[in-house]
Amino acid sequence: MPILQTFQLEKRFGGILAAQNVNLAVEPGARHALIGPNGAGKTTVINLLTGVLRPSGGRILLEGRDITGLLPHQRVRLGMARTFQINQLFLDLTPLESIGLVVSERLGSGADWWRLVGTKAAVTDEIVEIAERFHLADIMHERTAILPYGKQRLLEIALAFACRPRLLLLDEPAAGVPEAERHELLATIEALPKDVTVLLIEHDMDLVFSFADRISVLVNGAMFVDGAPDEVARDPRVKAVYLGEELSA
Amino acid sequence: MSARADEVARYLKRRARWSPLEIAFWIFAFATIWLFPGKYLILKDTAILALFALSLDLILGYAGIISLGQAAFFGLAGYFSGLVAKYGFIDEPVIALVCSGVVAAGLGFVTSFLVLRGSDLTRLMVTLGVSLMLGELANRYSNITGGADGLQGVEIAPVLGLFRFDLFGHNGYVYCLIVLFICFVIARRIIYSPFGLSLRSIKGNNLRAAAIGIPVKWRLVAIYTVAAGFAGIAGALLTQTTAFCSLDVFSFERSADLLLVLIIGGTGYLYGGLIGAVIYKFLQDWIANLTPQYWQFWIGLVLVVIVLIGRERMAGWIGAVRAFFNRLGARFAPRLPALGGAGSEGH
Repeated sequence: MPILQTFQLEKRFGGILAAQNVNLAVEPGARHALIGPNGAGKTTVINLLTGVLRPSGGRILLEGRDITGLLPHQRVRLGMARTFQINQLFLDLTPLESIGLVVSERLGSGADWWRLVGTKAAVTDEIVEIAERFHLADIMHERTAILPYGKQRLLEIALAFACRPRLLLLDEPAAGVPEAERHELLATIEALPKDVTVLLIEHDMDLVFSFADRISVLVNGAMFVDGAPDEVARDPRVKAVYLGEELSA
Repeated sequence: MSARADEVARYLKRRARWSPLEIAFWIFAFATIWLFPGKYLILKDTAILALFALSLDLILGYAGIISLGQAAFFGLAGYFSGLVAKYGFIDEPVIALVCSGVVAAGLGFVTSFLVLRGSDLTRLMVTLGVSLMLGELANRYSNITGGADGLQGVEIAPVLGLFRFDLFGHNGYVYCLIVLFICFVIARRIIYSPFGLSLRSIKGNNLRAAAIGIPVKWRLVAIYTVAAGFAGIAGALLTQTTAFCSLDVFSFERSADLLLVLIIGGTGYLYGGLIGAVIYKFLQDWIANLTPQYWQFWIGLVLVVIVLIGRERMAGWIGAVRAFFNRLGARFAPRLPALGGAGSEGH
């Protein structure tokens, strides 16, 4: 059974169809990439999957369970977390506080109002583990606002990872990261545990073809081609609409 | 637990430690009982205003909910505490105070669902609307509330059966100050809890807060309810210490004053409401003595100047004072590293 499946997913903004007939199936453990030219509706699909937008039609199943009507935070609790194309961080908090926030929320103590932060060993242990995995341990006491962009990008993923998702949606994780910091970021993504399924939305073809074991191509809001990387690369229609130049180059 | 986890736990716990400056603040606050015996009435009003402002700071400074209607809770609890005392339902003031807070919190819970729907402007209008409606209801049911004449014949029993409110206002002030301190400690505890941290994350970025699994709406409902309770306790204090309650507890000015207090004192570090209330009250008192007719002109001028200078600059001055106190504190307790304490979280 696919971990994530959509049926005839559709989103209208007034007269504009931003997504239509999106039938997506992501297998457990996959490194699945969702690609498409600018304006193809990739971000719309992510927002539909995570509940930021309500679909105009269609259904979304997470591990066989219908989540179409659930709120974003409820989907997180069912095991789906995401990152954002443009950093959505808590600029006034430190990475330590931000990660701690996510961990304590997941362990069900986020609503504790009389216990002081930092008094649960399970939480602090996990903060350290995540900070180390994402190379944030050295700067975890700094305010997020003053971190270098590459570190902010790592924190962006760390916050989603701290939700312990079974399905992780990465929305252009490498976008805008300077060359010097890029390697650390890509290595970290590469090293994500295999039991976490990853759906990657990406512009960067190098990253897509080095990382993904399955690729779906979205064009004009509709699912265009879906297959293994080499099939997609060979597909003449894909070359025509999108990949042609970049692949032959 | 690894050494690093230990360090993290220590660091997190240290955030919540009382800084020397805070301790000095409260020592001074309680010292005023002996330092300014002739000023009890204005001190008492200041303590009530400070608690009231603290309630707005909780939602504005920590959850980003702007409100022009905190007077709704202040007024409701003010009348409630007056009525229960007048008709002898609850004689003991402390119990009546707690009940008033609970009643106000109940109203806060119910109205939170209206308030949390909209944007800032909608929130201003809805909160203002709720307090205006309550004020009008109090006016309409004058057989209960006394209408424009105010609630007469309230008799407040001695606090804990021991301390009667005296004419000089000594016991009244001490009572208000202790209640303010207790409420402050509760607010401080909430702010440094995981719940408080999640509020700050919601204020910082509510899109991401939802994306990491925080039920944004329920957290806001919770803090709005708590803040309403605090506002209610402030209102009940006013009624209890004056043995009177009038329609002006619901007035628009009362809510608007709160925003002024927080503009003066700053939001998001808990002391803004307290410091703002002190400055506002004493400025008002001082200017009103100089020029009884035009004091609002001068208050307005001061506000404009404050905004022009900018709070960042003033925060810089306060930061210098804090650094001094931390050095002082570090000298007396050399083993405790001086962290900024509560204030360092402010902006």
